[in-house]
Amino acid sequence: MTDVLLETRRISKSFGALVATDGVDFQVREGETHAVIGPNGAGKTTFIKQVSGELRPDAGSIRFAGEDITQLPAPKRSRRGLARSFQITSIYPEFSTLDNVALAVQAHAGHSFRFWKPAREDRSIVEPALQILQTIGLEKRKDIRAAELSHGEQRQLEIAMALATEPRLLLLDEPVAGMGADESTRMVEFLATLKGTKTIVLVEHDMDAVFSLADRISVLVYGRIIATGTPAEIRANAEVRAAYLGEEA
Amino acid sequence: MNISRRAWALVGLLALLAAVPPLAAALDQPFYVDLLRRVMIFAIAATSLNLILGYGGMVSFGHAAYLGIGAYAVGVLSHHGIDNGWLQWALAIGASALVALAIGAVSVRTSGIYFIMITLAFTQMLYYLGISIEEYGGDDGMRLATRSQFSGLIDLADASSFYYLVLAILALFLYLTHRLVNSRFGLALQAARSNEARTRAIGLSPYPYRLAAFVISGAMCGLAGALLVNHTAYLTPEFMNWTRSGELMFMVILGGIATAAGPLLGAAALLLLEDVLQGWSMLPKEAVRDHWQLYLGIILVLVVIFARRGLAGLLPGGGKND
Repeated sequence: MTDVLLETRRISKSFGALVATDGVDFQVREGETHAVIGPNGAGKTTFIKQVSGELRPDAGSIRFAGEDITQLPAPKRSRRGLARSFQITSIYPEFSTLDNVALAVQAHAGHSFRFWKPAREDRSIVEPALQILQTIGLEKRKDIRAAELSHGEQRQLEIAMALATEPRLLLLDEPVAGMGADESTRMVEFLATLKGTKTIVLVEHDMDAVFSLADRISVLVYGRIIATGTPAEIRANAEVRAAYLGEEA
Repeated sequence: MNISRRAWALVGLLALLAAVPPLAAALDQPFYVDLLRRVMIFAIAATSLNLILGYGGMVSFGHAAYLGIGAYAVGVLSHHGIDNGWLQWALAIGASALVALAIGAVSVRTSGIYFIMITLAFTQMLYYLGISIEEYGGDDGMRLATRSQFSGLIDLADASSFYYLVLAILALFLYLTHRLVNSRFGLALQAARSNEARTRAIGLSPYPYRLAAFVISGAMCGLAGALLVNHTAYLTPEFMNWTRSGELMFMVILGGIATAAGPLLGAAALLLLEDVLQGWSMLPKEAVRDHWQLYLGIILVLVVIFARRGLAGLLPGGGKND
């Protein structure tokens, strides 16, 4: 059991009459890339938000690294090693690319009640940030305002900020959403390099990305997980084919 | 490059201000020393508001509260015969910080229209408290028996000494704000303004940083209040009137939010225009003197539409962010 990094136990969330998450049991093993797929409106983002702490489940519990985190707010979960990228790009548009990543490094370098020393000259923050930009291939764009980056670059920055918090678990909410074919291929290649070094929960619509990256896949339909298994098992699962993959064909 | 050009522009402005007393003396227009001292005091208050409004994204519609608290700290002690300036000004800063902590603890958790309304409501409470205390002049206010005394070190009754003291405090606060907004604290504050969800996701909880900024801003403005009551030599609850809070916001927005020079330019533009428009005799009084705020309003609308960076955006190197 020690190799389970994240576990949700029968978590549920309703918005009025709409049951968005309906008693979800979900386990992520240390080191795996676990994809969550499902048709539009299946409740994927609502589920991710409960894991990241932006939403509280109405019932059930969430355990991370052996501890109950159900009641922890998002910033505390982040400091424990849960990082999240957003489906709709969420960056600091008026800050430079480097500032964006440096802020994520700073957030994990103790409290920010430091009033005097210029943060942009603080090597303990700037150097790790530069290193991450290099890893993700944005180092040439470090002084550009994030708002002026291309959509694909902003998606990369999104991942860079999540990585900058040195997470134990990376929650990626549709990392290739809205990307062109080339950008999308490069992003999948980059994510493949993270495989094995990071535990990843990947929510994605792009089936090529999912089947090439995931070790295991869970299928979410109407707020319930109808199947979990290896890509081969999921491909062969009749219920999944009926509920979901059939739409693609 | 841009940063240094902007810094030089600001140093140039301060040098111009430093030249005012000798110029006014040479032109035999001592009134200008008084007018620009007032401008600088409001520039200090507006700089403090800019910290939370500009950098923190917290639209406080109650910043006049701290002008009032600073002024009352000086006025009340003076009324009871304590004219020690060190003590008066320390109380002005300390009491403002405490009140800001109390108001901030409640209001900083809210945002948008709720934040505006809560800060306004607290300031109105303090305003009516000031009006109701007859001992300290009620709504008429009262004369300041003596200006703050600094054991002979500096004499505030001397117009030009007081002027240079205000200039020095303004320069100091501009520098402190510059350090603050570029420190880790300042970046955390601006990050929370820019994108709260992202800020929480990277592990920063905005509340404590916003509250700290709110308190620092209140304390700075409290000192401006102590200066203001010494400037007018008259204590009045009007310092806390909600229109005063509005003027401070006006200065910050007109000058350019989240810019170093903005609050100074905004305060200068507002108070100098007010002076010019009120004193204009070329047009009928009814058209200009009594309705000068109408013209200021039109100017503000034009600035908001056409100069998003405010007056500071017109300075050399002023077009850039941060």
